[in-house]
Amino acid sequence: MKSLILRVATRYLAALLLIFSLYLLLRGHNEPGGGFIGGLVGATAFVLHAIACGTAEARAALRVQPQTIAVTGLAVALVAGLVPAFSGDAFLTGEWLFLFAEDGGKGIPLSTPLMFDTGVYLVVLGAILTLVLAMEEEI
Amino acid sequence: MSWILVTPLLVPFATAIAAFLLRHRPAGAWISVAGSAAALAASIVLLTAVLQQGVVAGQMGGWPAPFGITLVADRLSAVMVVITAITGLAVALYATAEVTERMRYLGFHALFQVLLAGVTGAFLTGDIFNLYVWFEVMLISSFGLLILGGRPAQIDGGIKYVTINLISTIFFLSATGLLYGMTGSLNMADLSQLIPRVENQGLITVVAMMFMVAFGIKAAVFPLFFWLPASYHTPAFSVSAVFAGLLTKVGVYALIRVFTLIFDHDTGYTHTVLLWVACLTMVTGVLGAAAQMDFRKILSFHIISQIGYMILGLALLTPLALAGAVFYLVHHIIVKANLFLVAGVAERLTGSTALGRIGGLYTHAPLLALLFLIPAFSLAGFPPLSGFWAKYVLVKASLDIEHWIAAAVALAVGLLTIFSMTKIWGEAFWPPHPDGVEPKLSRLTRAERWRLLTPIAALATMTVIIGLFPQPFITFAEGAAAQLLDKTAYVDAVLGAQE
Amino acid sequence: METLLSLTIGLLIAAAVYLMLARNVLRFLFGMLLLSNAVNLLIFTAGRLTFGVPSFVPEGAKLPPEDAANALPQALVLTAIVIGFGLFAFALVLVFRAYTSLGTLESAKMRVAEPEEEKA
Repeated sequence: MKSLILRVATRYLAALLLIFSLYLLLRGHNEPGGGFIGGLVGATAFVLHAIACGTAEARAALRVQPQTIAVTGLAVALVAGLVPAFSGDAFLTGEWLFLFAEDGGKGIPLSTPLMFDTGVYLVVLGAILTLVLAMEEEI
Repeated sequence: MSWILVTPLLVPFATAIAAFLLRHRPAGAWISVAGSAAALAASIVLLTAVLQQGVVAGQMGGWPAPFGITLVADRLSAVMVVITAITGLAVALYATAEVTERMRYLGFHALFQVLLAGVTGAFLTGDIFNLYVWFEVMLISSFGLLILGGRPAQIDGGIKYVTINLISTIFFLSATGLLYGMTGSLNMADLSQLIPRVENQGLITVVAMMFMVAFGIKAAVFPLFFWLPASYHTPAFSVSAVFAGLLTKVGVYALIRVFTLIFDHDTGYTHTVLLWVACLTMVTGVLGAAAQMDFRKILSFHIISQIGYMILGLALLTPLALAGAVFYLVHHIIVKANLFLVAGVAERLTGSTALGRIGGLYTHAPLLALLFLIPAFSLAGFPPLSGFWAKYVLVKASLDIEHWIAAAVALAVGLLTIFSMTKIWGEAFWPPHPDGVEPKLSRLTRAERWRLLTPIAALATMTVIIGLFPQPFITFAEGAAAQLLDKTAYVDAVLGAQE
Repeated sequence: METLLSLTIGLLIAAAVYLMLARNVLRFLFGMLLLSNAVNLLIFTAGRLTFGVPSFVPEGAKLPPEDAANALPQALVLTAIVIGFGLFAFALVLVFRAYTSLGTLESAKMRVAEPEEEKA
C-alpha cells in the first residue's frame, strides 16, 4: 500500500506496539496479559509494517524466518519445562530465582513460568507472521 | 515417577525442533529417525514400569489431582505408546527415501514428529480437556502433512478432512464443557467417581453420546467415516501409513477409555448403540473396499471395516472381548501401516496405484510380493498370522455371550477382506504390467531399497512373530482388559498420586 | 442471565448450522467460526455464572476473594479460543489454496480426489 501517512505513522506505531507487547508479556504473571496476547500485539507491529512497506521489508526487519522464531519459542518453552528436573520436581513445576533479593523483598524475580511465557510469545509471534506474510504474498 | 511418563512426549517434541532447524540438510531426516529410536526406548522403559508396578500416574507441574493435569499409563496406554513409537520409527526410516528435498524444507519431519507427540500425548493423558488439546496438536500437524506438496488432489482431500474434523472438535469441546458443568471436574479418574452421583443420569447419557459422535468421527465409524476414503489416498505414502496406522486408532482408544472408565452407567443403551455401529462399520467398510479399483483406496476402506472389529470388542464389554479389542488395535496398527508402505514401493516400481494400470510385481519383485502377502493375509485373518488370533478372540468372545449376529458379521467380513486382498494380488502382482514395464526392485538405488524395505520387513516380521507366539500377547491383552474393567487400580493411581 | 445466554447460544448455533449447510466452503467456514463461539459461550455458561470479582489473588493474600468467579471455565474458554483461532487461520489458508488450485469454492464440484465414475 503506497500511503506516505501510513508509512510514517507505522515507524512510530510499530515501535510502540513492540514495547507494549513486551509490557504485556512481563506483567502477565499476576495481572491480565501474558505471552499469547503479547505475541499477538507484537505480530501486529510486523503485520502493520508489511502492509505499509511490503512483505519483503517486513521480512528484512524480522531478520530471521518467522517459522524459526516459532520453533525457537517451542524450544524455550520446552526447556522451561525441563528446568525442574534439576531440583527433582515434576515436569513444568514453577521454579523461582530471586536475584539481589534483600530480606523481605523479592529483588528481581526470575521464574520458569516467565520463561515458558516467553516461549509462548515467540511461538505466537512466529506462527502468526508465518501465516499472515504467506497469505499477503499470495494475494 | 512423573518423568518416565513425560519422556516419551518430550523426545518427539525435541526431535521436531532439531529436525526443523536442520531442514536444509539431509541430516534433518536422520534426526527424525534417531529421535524416533529414542522415543521407542523411552516408551519401552514406560511399558516395563507399568508391567512391574501396575498403573503409573504423575502430576504435571506438581499440582495435585484432580486439579492439575495428570499423565497416567495403564497397560493399554503403555502398549499404545510403544506401538506408536514402533510405527514412528518404521515410517521415519521409510520417509528418508520417500520425502523430497522440497518437502523436507517445508518441515515434513518436524510435523511428523509433532504428530507422534500428539498421538502419544492422547494415549497418556488422564484429563479430558488435556485429551482435547492433544487431539488438536495431532490435528494441526496432520493438516500440514496431508497437504504438504500441494497437489490439487491433496487440497481437495484436505478440505474434506479438515472440515469434518473441525466438527468433531466442536462436539468434543461442547461435551467436555457440559460434563464439567454437571460434575465440576475434568480429571477422568475423578469423573468416574463423580458420575454415579449426578442426579440427572439421562443428561449424562446425552453427553456420552456426544463423546461417541466426536470420537466416532475421529475413529471413522459408520456413518461418520466419509472423510477417510476421501483423503487418505492423496498424501505421500509415509503420511498415509502413519495416518492409517495411528490416527483413527486414537479415536478408538478414546472411545475405549471413555466408555470403560467414565460412561459405564447405562451400558444397556450406550454399548448397544456401539454394537450396531460396530457391525455396520465392518460391513460398509468391506463393501466399500470391494467396489474400489485403487490400491490405496481399497486399503483406506479396509481401515474402516477393521475399526468395526475393535469397536465390537468394546461394545461386548466382556473381559475376553476387551482383550480382543486391545490385541486387535496392536495387530492392526502394524499391519495397516505396513500395507500402505508396500503400496508406496509398488507405486514406485510400477508408476501408479490404479489397479488397472499396474502389474507384474510377482514375476519381477517376488520379495515385495512376499512382503505384501504377510500383512494382507494377516489383515484377512489367515492362520498363523496375527490377524487370525485377533479375529479368533473377538469371535470367541461374541459366541461366549451368544451374540450370533456379531460373530456372523465378523466372520463374513473376514471372507470379504480376503476377496479384496486377492483383488489387489490378482491385479497388481499376478498379471504382467499392461505397458510392458518390468517392475524390478533393482530399479531403486541400493540406498533406497534398504530404507524402503527394512521397515516393511521389520513390521512383517512382527506380524509373523505375533502370529506364531500369540500367548504372551493375549495374556498381556487380558491383563489390559482386566485393568479397564476394574477401575480401582486406575483411580487409586491417579487420585493417590500426590507427588 | 443463564436463560439469556442459553438463548444466545441457541441462536448462534442455528445461524451456524444454516451457514454450514451451504455448498460454498467459505460459508461453511464462517458457520464453523460462529459454532465455535457458541461452544465457548456454552462452556462459560456451564461453568456457572457469578456476578463477582475476577479471580485474582489480591496483594498479600493467599486466597482469592470469597465471591470470586471460577477461573477454570475461563481457562478452558481461553484455550479453546486460541486453538480455534489457529484452526480457523489454517482452514482459511486452505480454502484460499483450494480456490486457486481447484478454481471453485463449491464443495460439490471438488472431485479431484474422488473423480466421478466414468459411465460405461
